[in-house]
Amino acid sequence: MLTRRTLLGAISALALLTAGGAASAQENYDIALISKGFQHQFWQAVKAGADKAAAELGVTVTFEGPESETQVDRQMDMLAAALSRNPDAIGFAALDSQAATPLLQQAKDAGIPVIAFDSGVDSDIPLTTATTDNVAAAALAADKMAELIGGEGKVAVVAHDQTSRTGIDRVDGFVNRIKENYPNIEVVSVQYGGGDQLQSTEITKSILLANPDLKGIFGANEGSAIGVANGKTELGSNIVVIGFDSGAAQKGMITSGVMNGAITQNPVGIGYETVAAAVKALKGEKLEPVIDTGFYYYDAATMADPEIAAVLYD
Amino acid sequence: MTETAIPAAKSGPRISGAFHRLLAFSGLIALVVVFSLASPNFMQTQNVLAILQATSVNGVLAIAATLVIITGGIDLSVGTLMTFCAVITGVVLTNLGLPLPLGILASILAGTFCGLVSGTIIAKLKVPPFIATLGMMLILKGLSLVISGTKPIYFNDTPGFNQIALGSAVGSVFPAVPVPNGVLVLFLVAGLAAFVLSKTALGRYTFALGSNEEAVRLSGVNVDRWKIAVYAVAGSICGVAGLLIASRLNSAQPALGQGYELDAIAAVVIGGTSLSGGRGTVVGTLIGALIISVLANGLRILSVAQEWQTVVTGCIIILAVYADILRRRTL
Repeated sequence: MLTRRTLLGAISALALLTAGGAASAQENYDIALISKGFQHQFWQAVKAGADKAAAELGVTVTFEGPESETQVDRQMDMLAAALSRNPDAIGFAALDSQAATPLLQQAKDAGIPVIAFDSGVDSDIPLTTATTDNVAAAALAADKMAELIGGEGKVAVVAHDQTSRTGIDRVDGFVNRIKENYPNIEVVSVQYGGGDQLQSTEITKSILLANPDLKGIFGANEGSAIGVANGKTELGSNIVVIGFDSGAAQKGMITSGVMNGAITQNPVGIGYETVAAAVKALKGEKLEPVIDTGFYYYDAATMADPEIAAVLYD
Repeated sequence: MTETAIPAAKSGPRISGAFHRLLAFSGLIALVVVFSLASPNFMQTQNVLAILQATSVNGVLAIAATLVIITGGIDLSVGTLMTFCAVITGVVLTNLGLPLPLGILASILAGTFCGLVSGTIIAKLKVPPFIATLGMMLILKGLSLVISGTKPIYFNDTPGFNQIALGSAVGSVFPAVPVPNGVLVLFLVAGLAAFVLSKTALGRYTFALGSNEEAVRLSGVNVDRWKIAVYAVAGSICGVAGLLIASRLNSAQPALGQGYELDAIAAVVIGGTSLSGGRGTVVGTLIGALIISVLANGLRILSVAQEWQTVVTGCIIILAVYADILRRRTL
């Protein structure tokens, strides 16, 4: 099987040479992407990017993810089925790195290259990780927060969870930037609402009631950010709110002014780069250990800029 | 295990028993044949083992649900009870550092205890099973998060733990077929449950409660006690499921579990167990659980888009139950 693939690779490389690099000479690679979610708009944007790369590079891509980000075992079933399909490469966003180790080892043994995406996998099996630099992205949110509240006062963070890589990195990125660069700003509270809008709303209200002089809150993912904005509206507060990611609801809140602005990742880019990296790996090209897919700050004024609009999703 | 057909139900002459089960099997066989023809990757050993592995947890939960459903009740707490038992195992093995057998015992005892509580609420306080177990589902979901501090508990200090589900005793004897231990546990639980249902007083009362609880009560039987016993046994089986999932993930994932009761109940219903009670088999439930995982796996192997997988699964559930109804009508 391995020899067959190498042989096919050699033949297609030869074909590429003789055809002068014509894209039509490429092998139709089968790439299976196993994501952390499916219905959520963020994951659909990742899927859109993967589909775009698939169309451009002439490969076949499938995209699957469990119904909720708690269903670790269901994700394992998906990964196992994908392995049985014997794809040319696998893209994987782990819900729990450790649980996935046996199956990733199986992929390695079968000679199937693995590309990690989104929050990465604590393992040396993936050849590279296509992800947002969440620490830097959250630090940018801290800079914008400082600017909007005038460089002093109390702020808080409502994040999704304290276990996932994104949760840890975004909280650390925000809190550390404030500590290092803004001595007059104090982070009075960091709370976790599981990325659930309603729970994040309740948390926000309790933070606001406990700290009447609070100046701003950073919501560290889509659900948290919407929850923070809802909490602000329900209590009639006028704090600064900075969100994360996009989605129709959050974009609406930024347009209406409830939310001052948000950091957006580039989910389309994450999907695109994952597939592009898989194709590179299959062609035997060298890959950097991390592919930074980028992030931007946007607000009502910049939302329609072509550069921003391209990475926002509904 | 095949002798679990309803003792006194209107199932026709004795000869039709084998025919019955043959038909129950046919849906599963048809799926396997279709997928095998559609993709050469489907019938590979590795994939068949992956399907069995994917069936193990849902299959064990479905067996627990089968017992309760035969009594005419329902248990919505099987999924979160499984998680709760996994978390208890995590506390015992990782946080307290106790030896492996105690962790296994703790999981099963925790399941039995919670089943006792559900059963008591239902039998003594007369709270309808749907409500009582809905409450238990939420209580256990919350307690799992509280006890674990909302974080997964890993079993890195107990190296043998992941062998419960992932190791392969069969593979050490026959290296060509490394059937995961989790699958053996499923068949063991199925065998025990089938034995209890067909050969013991508890089994006879399980069916009797579902057929006509009032008649059982009037004949002087302590109905409450037997009912509580059924929920307790179902709870202990959920404890086994908790061990399986924790072992497979090498961690107790406290947020998981809600929604798993619906897959378990789907397997029970596809397997021909009546939701109104009094009728059902463990073999049927096993076949139901296999149909669900064969379907999920096969559609993935064929690269069917995920949104369509869900549609197809829904259709198959309705078809399977309709076929069961037709079968009963004609026999």
